[in-house]
Amino acid sequence: MIPAAFDYEVADSAAHAVELLSRGGDEAKLLAGGHSLIPMMRYRLATPSVLVDVGRLDDLRYIERRNGAVAVGALTRHSELEHSGVLAEHCPLLAAVAAEVGDPAVRHRGTLGGTLAHADPASDLPAAVLALGGTLVARGPGGDREIAAADFFTGWFESALAPDEMLVEVRVPASTGGWNYQKFNRRAQDWAIVGVAVADGGSGVALVNMGSTPIRAAAVEQALADGATAADAAALAAEGLDPPADLNADADFRRHLARVLTRRALTAAGVP
Amino acid sequence: MSLVTLTVNGEGRSLDVEPRTLLVHALRDHLGLTGTNIGCDSSSCGACTVLVDGLSAKSCTMLAVQADGAEITTIEGVAEPDGTLNSVQQAFHECHALQCGYCTPGMVMAAMSLIDEYPDLDEAGVRSGLEGNLCRCTGYQNIVDAVLQAAATAATANAPAGSTP
Repeated sequence: MIPAAFDYEVADSAAHAVELLSRGGDEAKLLAGGHSLIPMMRYRLATPSVLVDVGRLDDLRYIERRNGAVAVGALTRHSELEHSGVLAEHCPLLAAVAAEVGDPAVRHRGTLGGTLAHADPASDLPAAVLALGGTLVARGPGGDREIAAADFFTGWFESALAPDEMLVEVRVPASTGGWNYQKFNRRAQDWAIVGVAVADGGSGVALVNMGSTPIRAAAVEQALADGATAADAAALAAEGLDPPADLNADADFRRHLARVLTRRALTAAGVP
Repeated sequence: MSLVTLTVNGEGRSLDVEPRTLLVHALRDHLGLTGTNIGCDSSSCGACTVLVDGLSAKSCTMLAVQADGAEITTIEGVAEPDGTLNSVQQAFHECHALQCGYCTPGMVMAAMSLIDEYPDLDEAGVRSGLEGNLCRCTGYQNIVDAVLQAAATAATANAPAGSTP
C-alpha cells in the first residue's frame, strides 16, 4: 500500500499554491494534513500526478474574532480548534465537533480546510460549519471569492471549489446559543454512521452521512421556527432524505438514527 | 528524489527519498529504527505512532517529505541514554501493560502525547484518547492503568513547589 509516484511541490504561499495547481492541471492535488488524501492515495483511489504541499503555510493557521464572526485559517489543525480559547468563548460547537474527529494523532495533523475541501459527507466538521451557516473563502487565479457553506458541498467528495482554487479561510458567526453534536458509531474512531450538529438553539441543524453531502435539516429548522417542540421537530429530521445503505446501516436505520439523534441533540441544546 | 532533513531522537539525519515514501518506511528502512511498528497500514491501529514536533502522529499516514525540518521522536528515543525507562515506559512495566508487545511502541508514544495534551486525564479520557491505538491482545485494562499511573506521575512532577496534589 504505497502511493503511486507523483511530483512533489512545496507551496510557500497560498498564491504560489494556486499557481502550482494551475500549472499541474486536473491531476494536481493540494496536500494539507494528508489524513484524508494519503489513505486514498495508498489505496490508489487517488493517483494525483502532482502534490502541492500547503502544510507549511503557517500564516493560514489562526483562529480570531473578526466583526462579530470567528475567522479560522484553512490550515488550522483539528486539535487547535479543539483547544481554542476563542472558540470556547465564541463558537463552542466548532471546538466540540473538532474534538470528535478521529483520534488525537489524527487531530494533530488534519486541517479544517482539508476536511471541508475533501467533502466527505461522513465527516464531522463539514456539518458543523453548515449548521453554523459558515462562509468559506477560496483563493484562485482571479483572487478571493466567498462561498456559503450551504452552496459549497455539491456531491460525494465534490465541492464548489475549482481545480485551481484553494480554501484559505472559514468564517462562522459567533454562536453561543444552545448547541450540541451527536455522533453515532459502533466502533471507537469510526466515521459517524449518522451525526447531527445543532447550532443556536436549533436555528441551524445539519446531518452527517445522510446523503451525498452534509445536509441541512430544513424541515426541522422550519418546525422549530414555527414553535414546534424538540420531539415534534426531530420527527421531521429524515424527511425527503435518501441516505446511503452500507454494512453499518441500511437507509431506514439511518432515517431512524437521524430522528433519534436530532431529538437528543435538540434537547441537549436546550430546546424544549 | 527529495532530500529530507530531520532531527530524529535528537540527532540530525538527512535522507534522499522518493516523495511517496511514507515516514514510517523512512524511519524503519532508511534509518534502521525498527522500533516503530507497522500494523494496519491504514491509519487505524496506531502501531506506527511517533511524535512529530512533540505531538503524536501516525507515521504511516505522513509522507517523509512532510516531515522535512521536523523533530521526530520514536520509541528508541524515549528512555534515558543509560537505559532508565521514562515514566510512561516504567508504568507500562509496572502495570504489565503489554502482552505480545506489538502495539506497545505506538501505545507509549500516543500516551506520552496524550498526557502532555490533556493535563486532567481520567479513565474515560485515557480510553477515548487511545481510541486510535489498537491492542490485538485486548490488554486494554492494564494499558489504561499504566497511562493513568504515568499521568499521575507527570501531574506530581509538574505541580508547583509547595502545592499538594
